Amino acid sequence: MAGIYIHVPFCRQACHYCDFHFSTNTKLKAQLVDAIVKEIAQRRNYLPTKSISTIYFGGGTPSLLSKDEISKILDALRSHFDVDDDAEITLEANPDDITADVLREWKSLGINRLSIGIQSFLDEQLKWMNRAHNAEEALSSVKSAQEAGISNITIDLIYGLPGLSIDEWENELARVLEMNVPHVSAYCLTVESGTALGHWVAKGKEKPIDEDAANAQFLNMVDVFSQNGLEQYEVSNFGRTEFYSQHNTSYWKGVPYLGLGPSAHSFDGKNRGWNLANNPAYIKAIEAGETPFTTETLSTTDRLNEYIMTGLRTKWGIDFQVMRERFDFDFEDQYRDVIDRIIEKGWASLTDGNLVLTRKGLFRADGIASDFFILNHED
Amino acid sequence: MKHIRNFCIIAHIDHGKSTLADRLLQHTGTISERQLQEQTLDDMDLERERGITIKSHAIQMEYAIDGEKYVFNLIDTPGHVDFSYEVSRSIAACEGALLIVDATQGIQAQTISNLYLALEHDLEIIPVLNKMDLDSAMPEEVTEQIVDLIGCDPDDVIPASGKTGKGVDEILKAVVERVPAPKGDPEAPLQAMIFDSVFNSFRGIIAYFRILNGTIRKNDLVKFVNTGRKYGADEIGVLKLDMEPRKELSAGDVGYIISGIKQAKEVKVGDTITLVDRPCGQAIKGFEDVKPMVFAGIYPVDTEDYEELRASLEKLQLNDASLVYEPESSAALGFGFRCGFLGMLHMEIIQERLEREFNMTVITTVPNVGYRATTTNDETFEVNNPSELPDPNHLAMVEEPYIKAQIITKSSFVGQVMSLCIDKRGNLTNQVYLTSDRVELSFDMPLGEIVFDFYDKLKTISKGYASFDYHPIGYKESKLVKLDILLNGDQVDALSALIHRDNAYDLGKRICAKLRELIPRQQFEIAIQAAIGTKVIARETVRAVRKDVTAKCYGGDITRKRKLLEKQKKGKKRMRQVGNVEIPQKAFMAVLQLD
Repeated sequence: MAGIYIHVPFCRQACHYCDFHFSTNTKLKAQLVDAIVKEIAQRRNYLPTKSISTIYFGGGTPSLLSKDEISKILDALRSHFDVDDDAEITLEANPDDITADVLREWKSLGINRLSIGIQSFLDEQLKWMNRAHNAEEALSSVKSAQEAGISNITIDLIYGLPGLSIDEWENELARVLEMNVPHVSAYCLTVESGTALGHWVAKGKEKPIDEDAANAQFLNMVDVFSQNGLEQYEVSNFGRTEFYSQHNTSYWKGVPYLGLGPSAHSFDGKNRGWNLANNPAYIKAIEAGETPFTTETLSTTDRLNEYIMTGLRTKWGIDFQVMRERFDFDFEDQYRDVIDRIIEKGWASLTDGNLVLTRKGLFRADGIASDFFILNHED
Repeated sequence: MKHIRNFCIIAHIDHGKSTLADRLLQHTGTISERQLQEQTLDDMDLERERGITIKSHAIQMEYAIDGEKYVFNLIDTPGHVDFSYEVSRSIAACEGALLIVDATQGIQAQTISNLYLALEHDLEIIPVLNKMDLDSAMPEEVTEQIVDLIGCDPDDVIPASGKTGKGVDEILKAVVERVPAPKGDPEAPLQAMIFDSVFNSFRGIIAYFRILNGTIRKNDLVKFVNTGRKYGADEIGVLKLDMEPRKELSAGDVGYIISGIKQAKEVKVGDTITLVDRPCGQAIKGFEDVKPMVFAGIYPVDTEDYEELRASLEKLQLNDASLVYEPESSAALGFGFRCGFLGMLHMEIIQERLEREFNMTVITTVPNVGYRATTTNDETFEVNNPSELPDPNHLAMVEEPYIKAQIITKSSFVGQVMSLCIDKRGNLTNQVYLTSDRVELSFDMPLGEIVFDFYDKLKTISKGYASFDYHPIGYKESKLVKLDILLNGDQVDALSALIHRDNAYDLGKRICAKLRELIPRQQFEIAIQAAIGTKVIARETVRAVRKDVTAKCYGGDITRKRKLLEKQKKGKKRMRQVGNVEIPQKAFMAVLQLD
């Protein structure tokens, strides 16, 4: 079992908060798709298995790709890997790119899951974020997708936006429920350096995130979603049981993945690597038959730390048995006192030999994870 | 003896002493190109990184001119105020000194005070203008400064460059011609002065000495006059790039002795070596037991490492006799040691060496000077830790150590320098124009004001154009109060400081504000308070962390996030839990970083 991620590094316009790798210059799009196709061949033996159960087009804005471009990539994947018949194939799409026609095309290519970048239903906020769509397009895009027969839909939401009141947020949540989507990813606005927002905050033109407001929105959301069948199976992900993101779940469970395209990360079970985050340089390297790839070997403790870090974010928690078998590490024995302490504080519980964070604990998942980290070189 | 020349170098930090010394070694063939590491004389990593010589060393060179062969002993001197006693002993071992002045910067305070020391010991001064290869060199102006100071002929000043090698020949010739050969009687009873010592893990303590009178032979039974201890001279010799054993050394020679000494504190710089069988009539003058000037608590971050810390300090003391320590305990930090240092640089060096050489993670508390307290019962004692200060009801008087500070600066910065010194409770005692553009200011100031951020501030306000030196001048009564810091209502003794009453409110406020910055947000709110006695004079709050989890964690985020959390874990390991509050190492030094 393994997953494949394809990074599509183009956007029509730059969202003010986004620090992913993308370019608003789409001239190189065709060349880049060719390069990705070449990279697929070059790295066909990267994964420890040929069997692929998830494919994920992320970005950037994958919905900028034409039918032919998506098709080229999927064909190349299918010819070099054994893509499962029922593989989950996700495409990230912006509402303004979604029409009945393209939906039909995507479906015909085997895309069976859409991740729609709605972010907000408030025009004012969408404008502030520099999104290309408005609230109405957001609503109609989801509707069109459902009408086209795509049931596995997830939408992205952002909370903690400046000036967003709790009433407005509750309204947003109500609209999500009305749309009847089976999955939502909701992220707190994060100020990243190197973005327009980061620049504004540094210059004092924009206030830093109002943490109290963002926390209240988060808690409110967790309540509303869980009451309506959308289970929080990861810190930022909510879904009905049969609609959890299989691809993302693989990341959290340590399943190997191959990342293609500029800036994409890969993991073969022991090493993690990342491609050049520069479109022309990536294309040039691939065309010259070189690998635009930096790699880092993960030690057993690195992998154990990652297992703890990602596992604690999920509803499955971390499994003592897995840690014994995979990492030869007796977690329970080593951390008895810390485990007891966080259980006593109501931050975690023990279920079937797994340590799982409670709703209160999830709020502190990073701090708790780092307390459980093993340091390679004590210094 | 007439072919021996013993000399040292007097220079300010960064004036190129080490580079020029390397040139002399190269030119005399003492060291080959291949062996020439940068700054050969500084052989501790730490020294090389800091670009200063912490401990003095010595090296012997051979130089031939006009058919005569000469033996040169170059004695290196440390360039920092903390080590001024060691400088004075190095100077006492010589007949001459190279005065190296950066031609782009002119004379600095430290150079002047060392120069005065050299003149007091009647050393022949050879002035050298270094860095003449730089465009910004001001030879006329700096020569004028030198002439004013030592009253030499302008033609006696040798232009040089450590970088290009210019002037090296002239310097070597001048050493032969101008530095007098040592005097002394090889037949008299042995009188040798220890000017330095080093620790060698295989051979124990190696003492460096200069023989004033008499002769020492291998296997002689010797006595160190001030400590009264006796040893066999297992090995004696001269200091080339490596040690070279000799059968005997006599008056005028500089050499080393190995005699199975295990602890540095048995070898005191300035002590006299003589023979047990035929002792000298009197010890060499100028010996002092070096006293620590600055005190601070050193605690292991992990309380379990206490014994290991003790062992590390013991080992450090083997080669650094100026470090003193005694066990103490703190309600906040548990068991640790109160350590005495020569100065702030010395303290930093010890802390760094503990971390680097012994892999000890330690907390250093706010440093303080040694106070003198007199109780209402008329008892007087030393207070090296603010928490030892008697209760105000029983306290009749507190005295604090004062120093005479000498500052040399450009005349355009006099205003700023004065207001800084007055701000630090200084009293102007003298003001002299060295040249039309350079002023020497003298202040009487409390030492306690110097140990904090004085030197950095002086550098900043004078844009680097101020140099500074000081000497202790005794104790003065002072209106000092103990400022306590409370975290969530609990007093943290390790954060207490003695400060002048007039500054208490301002400092209290600033310390609280600084601590708010340095103490990371935790699961609960933290109240930081400054108090004098029971009166709270300032308060700040560290807000509780409500949420500690990032939104996204996908394929591309995992590596970065893991590294971030690893770093956090390392940070936590360096924190100390006091009550229920985690305090990072650097918060204990908050008082030092108030601006």
